[in-house]
Amino acid sequence: MTAPAVEVRGVTKVFNKGKANQVEALTDIDLTITPGELVSLIGPSGCGKSTLLRLIASLIEPTAGTVLVNGKPAEQARRDQDYGMAFQQSGLFDWRTVTKNIELPLELRGWDRAKRRAQAAAMLDLVKLGDFADHYPWELSGGMQQRVAIARALAFTPALLLMDEPFGALDEMTREHMQSELIGICAQTRTTVVFVTHSIPEAVYLSNRVVVMSPRPGRIAARIDVDLGARNDDTREASEFFKKVTEVREALRGFEHVEAMPRGIEDR
Amino acid sequence: MSAVADLRRRTQHALVPIGFGVAFLTVWELFVRVRHIKPYLLPRPSAIWGELHGNATLIRKAVIVSGTNALVGLLVGIVAGVAVAFAAGHFKIVNRLVTPMAIAVSAMPIIVIASILYNLISATSQVPRRLMAAVIVFFVVFVNVAKGLTQVDRTQTELMRSYAASDVEILRKVRIPNALSHFFTALKVAAPLAVVTAFVSEYFGGLQDGLGAKITSNVSNSRDAVAWAYVVGACLLGLLFYGTSVLAERFAMPWQARRVER
Repeated sequence: MTAPAVEVRGVTKVFNKGKANQVEALTDIDLTITPGELVSLIGPSGCGKSTLLRLIASLIEPTAGTVLVNGKPAEQARRDQDYGMAFQQSGLFDWRTVTKNIELPLELRGWDRAKRRAQAAAMLDLVKLGDFADHYPWELSGGMQQRVAIARALAFTPALLLMDEPFGALDEMTREHMQSELIGICAQTRTTVVFVTHSIPEAVYLSNRVVVMSPRPGRIAARIDVDLGARNDDTREASEFFKKVTEVREALRGFEHVEAMPRGIEDR
Repeated sequence: MSAVADLRRRTQHALVPIGFGVAFLTVWELFVRVRHIKPYLLPRPSAIWGELHGNATLIRKAVIVSGTNALVGLLVGIVAGVAVAFAAGHFKIVNRLVTPMAIAVSAMPIIVIASILYNLISATSQVPRRLMAAVIVFFVVFVNVAKGLTQVDRTQTELMRSYAASDVEILRKVRIPNALSHFFTALKVAAPLAVVTAFVSEYFGGLQDGLGAKITSNVSNSRDAVAWAYVVGACLLGLLFYGTSVLAERFAMPWQARRVER
């Protein structure tokens, strides 16, 4: 049997431990994600969903517990560049053309120029931006920039894609379009995705599994399996979709009294 | 955009300020003539133009003296400012040492030190002027480049970490390009400032061979039109420094140039 794409065991994260401003961001998180799965992490601000994603990415270290990615410690996975990452801000580099932005992770992996060019072109076709290869990021709309960021995250065809509210800054129409594209891309490339969002419909539409998190300290409140089959525009109006949306919403409501408390830290 | 249309657009852009300048000089000329203003109070533009021609060789000499001082000061200031900014990015102690100093110096009229430097070094030396220009340029460049090297977008920093990029790679691919726009912002301020500093330093002593010295000496001899001719020389020198900075920026940062052209 192949190793899980992500395995989080008994993870706790405390920021500023032992200081006056100590914050317990995550408590005793267990989460296993199998290859090819698309899992959403959803919860109110300060529930630690972004923190959990950063732990998986090994951008921060857990206070307790272990994180394994592709069966190896998260830090090793980061060093091996086992995952691609996309954030709410596209994080594109102003001074690089669209193509050059996508090539950046490939440069760092030591790919030669011709191979980089070819791969960037293929990725641009994937996100349907082939005509914009030589444009600079600021010449593109927000939605297009985000597509470039996703193309960059996918550039070295990682088996795992970590996304932190990548469509958060987009308008609703673009957002829905991007969601469908992401599903298409993942089906095509068989990529595992961990997707942080605070939009319930987005989580339900995208995922095989929605992980509902509760705030302060962040824990997993519910895990809801979703099977919407092949998704298209009608999916968003199907009764099964609404049933799942309601289920997630009720899981989130379960700790509404907690939500009224002061917000946790936003560690982005 | 076709070349012809582009040229026409540029001409139209230039017409407004040129028209304003011509109108301003005309009003000036008429005002002086109609009100019979004494030439030692306010000379006519046409008289200044005449002096500019009559003293062309002398003015060119003064421009070269002040311009060389400004250029040497600018280059030394840039090299030192960039070098210390890199050091400050690498060693926290340098940053903590130089940043408060930079803030303090930018709030002080340190140009007055020039008079002390003439005593200290030599009254016939150009070094005090170059040193003053270098000091002023240094702090402008340092503050901006240090900011550009350190204030990198958070998303970009995390992205580079996710790529397991080394510190050197982050420096080369993120920090330095990020600092480049800050550098040119600094240069566009520092280059004309170097000219101003170089010739204002002449007011505090030293040889009477630069633009600043010529302006004061002609004013005190009531040769105002000649003094104004030197002022024109100083303006052209400042513009030359600024214009060169803008061209250098366009050359070094083509992506910015395209943004401006829109």
